[in-house]
Amino acid sequence: MADAPHLSPLPPFRAYFFIKYAIILSDMANTAQFISSIPYFTGLDGPGMEMARRFIYEKKAGRGEILLAEGEPADTLYFVAEGAVKVFKTSAEGKEQILRIVRPGESFNDVPVLGGGASLVSAEAMGPVVLYGIKKSDLEKIVREHPQAALNVIQVLSKRVVELISLVEDLSFRHVTSRVAKMLLEYAGDNSVDRPHLTQQEMAAMIGTAREMVGRSLKSLEEDGAIRIERNRIVIANRNALREMAGIT
Amino acid sequence: MKELPLIDQEKCQRCGLCVSVCACGALRLVGKSVQAVEVDDCQWCTLCELVCPNGAITCPYEVVVENDTSV
Repeated sequence: MADAPHLSPLPPFRAYFFIKYAIILSDMANTAQFISSIPYFTGLDGPGMEMARRFIYEKKAGRGEILLAEGEPADTLYFVAEGAVKVFKTSAEGKEQILRIVRPGESFNDVPVLGGGASLVSAEAMGPVVLYGIKKSDLEKIVREHPQAALNVIQVLSKRVVELISLVEDLSFRHVTSRVAKMLLEYAGDNSVDRPHLTQQEMAAMIGTAREMVGRSLKSLEEDGAIRIERNRIVIANRNALREMAGIT
Repeated sequence: MKELPLIDQEKCQRCGLCVSVCACGALRLVGKSVQAVEVDDCQWCTLCELVCPNGAITCPYEVVVENDTSV
């Protein structure tokens, strides 16, 4: 029986470059996989996906970092790869209304990039985040050359309209406890492992009320057995009861 | 390990309001900064977050579904 071929170990500097190359390849594969999961690029053919890969760049930010400022020019569309970003407007009195919490795979700053003009909202990292950005001019190149991307843009914007109508409906027609119940259901309902934690102030800013009202509503939901508050955890104990309180049939 | 209120030391002006309202004595002024020192005593009443005039303290909640295996 022949002896197994003797493999001499790589010299340290070669091993270093080998490992580094393997890490780069792995990162590229992860990035490609992520890009193909973004609604804007779903269903694109090989050349379309290659364009997206070429134009997209990575950006990292820490908790509390402002990523967009209302009224400022903004020509980059961002996709959240890791972490969460809150998109909000601030009134002249400093009151904050959170419009969306953007989670992995979702985008923000869509409207100014697609429609032109300054940023309509502000965006802040809720924790450490990894973003992928694409410049307006580069996105337009993809849309011009790949009709599927244009259809995807329409779908994304339609989803945004639905979300905003839902928010207006909540603010106009639901009482505060019902809004809190709906917010908790939506927040915990996506089976994500990467849910950012929320302060009572953030919950209030999401549903257009005061922090104190959120505290009272949480107590009321707990008394009714829909939720349980365990120190810094809100446990949805009875989803059906919470749905009933949210007015969801 | 129990989580604690998050204190942003850059925003904190060391006014001590949070320490004065903390009923369980979990927060203390240590040197030139406020720190959560008595981890087990903190009941997550969120009063410190409420009174902080600089928004330096946050008490975030995790939202989970009972028997949810994803969390």
